[in-house]
Amino acid sequence: MTPLLELEKLTRRYGDVVALAGASLNVDRGEIVGLLGPSGAGKTTLLRMAGFLEAPTSGRVVFDGQTARADKKESLVLRRRMAMILQKPVVFIGSVMRNATYGLRVRGYPDGQARGLVAPLLEELGLSGMADRPASTLSGGEVQRLAFARATVLRPELLLLDEFTANLDPANIGVLEKAVRKYRDGGGTVMMVTHNIAQGKRLADRVCLLLGGRIVEAGPSEKFFESPETEKGRAFLNGSMVW
Amino acid sequence: MPISPDELLEITLRTLFVSGVATMLGSLIGIPLGSLLAMTRFKGRRLAKTVLYTFYGFPPVVAGLVIFYILSGNGPLARLDLLFSVWAMILAELILVIPLVAGITLSSVTDVDRSILDTAKALGAGARQLRATALREARSGVMTGIMVAFGGAVSEVGAAMLVGGNIQYQTRVLTTAIVVETRNGNFEYAGALGAILLLISFGIYYLLGYFQERGPK
Repeated sequence: MTPLLELEKLTRRYGDVVALAGASLNVDRGEIVGLLGPSGAGKTTLLRMAGFLEAPTSGRVVFDGQTARADKKESLVLRRRMAMILQKPVVFIGSVMRNATYGLRVRGYPDGQARGLVAPLLEELGLSGMADRPASTLSGGEVQRLAFARATVLRPELLLLDEFTANLDPANIGVLEKAVRKYRDGGGTVMMVTHNIAQGKRLADRVCLLLGGRIVEAGPSEKFFESPETEKGRAFLNGSMVW
Repeated sequence: MPISPDELLEITLRTLFVSGVATMLGSLIGIPLGSLLAMTRFKGRRLAKTVLYTFYGFPPVVAGLVIFYILSGNGPLARLDLLFSVWAMILAELILVIPLVAGITLSSVTDVDRSILDTAKALGAGARQLRATALREARSGVMTGIMVAFGGAVSEVGAAMLVGGNIQYQTRVLTTAIVVETRNGNFEYAGALGAILLLISFGIYYLLGYFQERGPK
């Protein structure tokens, strides 16, 4: 079966800095792929390219057999089949409900219908009582939950998560991880960046370890966490600084 | 003989009409122009921005001169017969208002947090929707642009005098009326007209400030 997402030899340079150096990765439908690695390894850059937010210097991104460059208009059609939650979720000016329905409204859904679609998700994520509150008054955990509702209400085929539980308390982490599993069980596909090795273990079916813009090891989660194949993989799991 | 109450009302309403229409039209042109310049990358963008900012310091009387030439006997739009009408005054004020609104919109939109736009993009916003989102996020700055533009339009005198002609019952506005009353030695009356001008500005700014603080739902 054709992978849902194919990242082919992606390279990204910012002047003299090489953020990604020929990273290739396939993501199959219905799986959760975890991107692990230290800060500056290129995880977020890879995720942004997969989400057509940033164009690679070379290489290409193929989604469901179709390719487009992030900086071209054509990428909008593919971008609308996925959703991404950024490392530090932000809220737009306006109410929680207005935020949660943003993606639906840009897709042309009438306001009433959009509110109807979002309501059960807000309920599930403990935000229903806050629908009319200004989103700027939410706590960090509430903003993360809102960002999750805002993205998953779009029923994206691919959900891209960048450190989606960073700086959250265990209760909020639990709520969001449960929601990720539910989304995957409903047929969704996830690619997530995490610094949290335990979270990678809990959620990912497959993991990729990035170092210096390269994928140095990729494989089933269970195998990686029990007996990594590479020296760098072992060092990373042991908490040593690896580059 | 100072202005009669009826004439005073007429002059005040004309002042509001000229500066209001100029601000409205200027905003309709300046806001999209500013957001386009802020969010579109193209060759010559820096030059376009510099030209726009240069117009901040455009002398009103020169704006009046340009419109005077365009609308006068040998000008390209002489056929429209607009010289010495309120529409000529509105055109002259537009030249002053558009750069102000566009320039302040440009800097406000440029200041919108990059992650807001990334989030909008990641949720499926197209180019136009991104611009609309950026404008909404920058609304406080954009409102400031509109306020500054109105201030420029309502207090303008040089261009209004030149292309409007300060004709009684036709093109006289509060600022040009102040000039007439001062020349005639009616200083107290001129001062009273100035106070009316300030009151109008206070009312309009109070209203705009209310919308600026209220924020979108």
